[in-house]
Amino acid sequence: MAKVLVFIDSPGASLKKSSLELLTLARSLGESAVAVNGDLSDDVAATLAEYGVGTVLHPSAEELGDFLVAPKAAYLAAAAEAAGAGIVLLDNSPEGKEIAARLGIRLNAGVITDVVAVDPDGTAHKSVLAGSYNTSCKATTAVSVLTLKANNVVPEPAPAPTTPETATVEVPAVANAARITAREQKVASGRPDLTDARIVVAGGRGMDGDFGPVEELADALGAAVGASRAATDAGWISHDAQVGQTGKTVSPQLYISAGISGAIQQKAGMQTSKVIVAVNKDAESPVFEIADFGIIGDVFDVLPQAAAEIKKRKG
Amino acid sequence: MEETLKIVVLVKHVPDAQFDRHLGGEGNTADRDESILSELDEYALEAALQLAEARGGSKAGNQVIALSMGPAGAVNAVKKSLQMGATEGVHLTDDALAGSDAAATSLALAAAVRHLGGVDLVLTGMASTDGETSLVPAQLAERLGLPQVTFASSLEVDGGRLTARRDADTSSETVEAALPAVVSVTDQINEPRYPNFKGIIAAKRKSITTLSLADIGVDPAQVGFAGSWTTVTSAEQRPPRTAGTIITDEGDAGIKLVDFLAAQKLL
Repeated sequence: MAKVLVFIDSPGASLKKSSLELLTLARSLGESAVAVNGDLSDDVAATLAEYGVGTVLHPSAEELGDFLVAPKAAYLAAAAEAAGAGIVLLDNSPEGKEIAARLGIRLNAGVITDVVAVDPDGTAHKSVLAGSYNTSCKATTAVSVLTLKANNVVPEPAPAPTTPETATVEVPAVANAARITAREQKVASGRPDLTDARIVVAGGRGMDGDFGPVEELADALGAAVGASRAATDAGWISHDAQVGQTGKTVSPQLYISAGISGAIQQKAGMQTSKVIVAVNKDAESPVFEIADFGIIGDVFDVLPQAAAEIKKRKG
Repeated sequence: MEETLKIVVLVKHVPDAQFDRHLGGEGNTADRDESILSELDEYALEAALQLAEARGGSKAGNQVIALSMGPAGAVNAVKKSLQMGATEGVHLTDDALAGSDAAATSLALAAAVRHLGGVDLVLTGMASTDGETSLVPAQLAERLGLPQVTFASSLEVDGGRLTARRDADTSSETVEAALPAVVSVTDQINEPRYPNFKGIIAAKRKSITTLSLADIGVDPAQVGFAGSWTTVTSAEQRPPRTAGTIITDEGDAGIKLVDFLAAQKLL
């Protein structure tokens, strides 16, 4: 049976949904081990047991977090060797992909990013060219390194919990790593993370400087807020919210596009969403070509009315 | 006296996203007929030009080398870079490179950077606009044993060290690293210049060096389809999304939107 190693960075007080998805996928592929970086709370340790993890590995060094990527890749390579892993799974965040990239070189392992599903034989499925093709890929090496996109696996605990063994992995020294010298936390919005969210409400040029209606509808739906590049470049909303070719790629269950024309660069970031709703006063907007439900109308009328109706129905 | 810098900018020719893009042929690779300089690489080139200009430009001995790997068409990305102001162009091309994945690409690029010698900084865009895997710069850094700073939204170099700002979702970080280093920059770092007439004329006089695998000492078996560690076993075009119901607001479209969500069980 294949051994599968999952990397969980800074698990915090409880595991994120994307981590649970990785653990669920790992268990479907073989015997799972976890390489943790950072403190492991009792709650997190209990969750790992519930998800059927056989071994939990910790790094010997404590300050991996002060450096960018390279030492984490070195730790994970040592952990993969210690665990005898044939598959290493990471999340598909920018850092996850970067660690995967370096890990691939260290392990002489093929790396596949943006994975949405993995077959028992290790074949990975992903979509490319902005969602216009579905491809199957396989690493031809002894070890494969895969980064899994969020929201593609339903988290499910193991039929019976395990009692994970723990072990410490010696972290090889890495010369020349880039060091983080200062870090400012951004203010948390309280909304779901854009790349993980089940629902995204995004606004564009048509919001004309006022994201209030987008945020109100997002909050009524428990959604994340996104934006087109026109809106982030205008400074109406933080650059972190940008969806598209130069921003984030999202594939939520529902994407509501408000006042966004839907040029190719924007489509690249959202056209794999399950359901797309578009509101735009310009009937010629390209977004209507891909919308499951389109409304030709004023965002300042439609969004507040929808938000009020949702609140009413939810009681 | 400011230090002079030798900067390599990795530039990629990619299928133009304005047109339909296709996969096909051996190994399901992208068709690059309508290819352009990857938009995101222009930010890296602009960052390099600004660093060089702040130190007296090419007259003072600063070099900005645009390096592209790929078939004949890849030279267009180099030419565009020369028009923008790169001092030299390098086109790494060899039939054996076709089908290289990120691991094989990074191997060839690492050999090319070593061949150029004395490079202080390798700059890249935040991703290519076609493969979008973002793997190559990190793998290049790992192969060269260099630090990498990704997603730099500002970049300063002083006394053999670089300082960059990175904006992540939950925090902003200031990062320092010793040169040489690999840095990928975001589209927030600058506003890339357009080539002007003078630049276009000047580019005609600049040399483009063509390198083969033999020139950089890479065994053809290590790259291309043969040397890659991943293979694309199938590629299927997704049926294009089709338009659904389109309505015009008659005063109750917000309610109809909620009805639609309820029918789709999305509430």
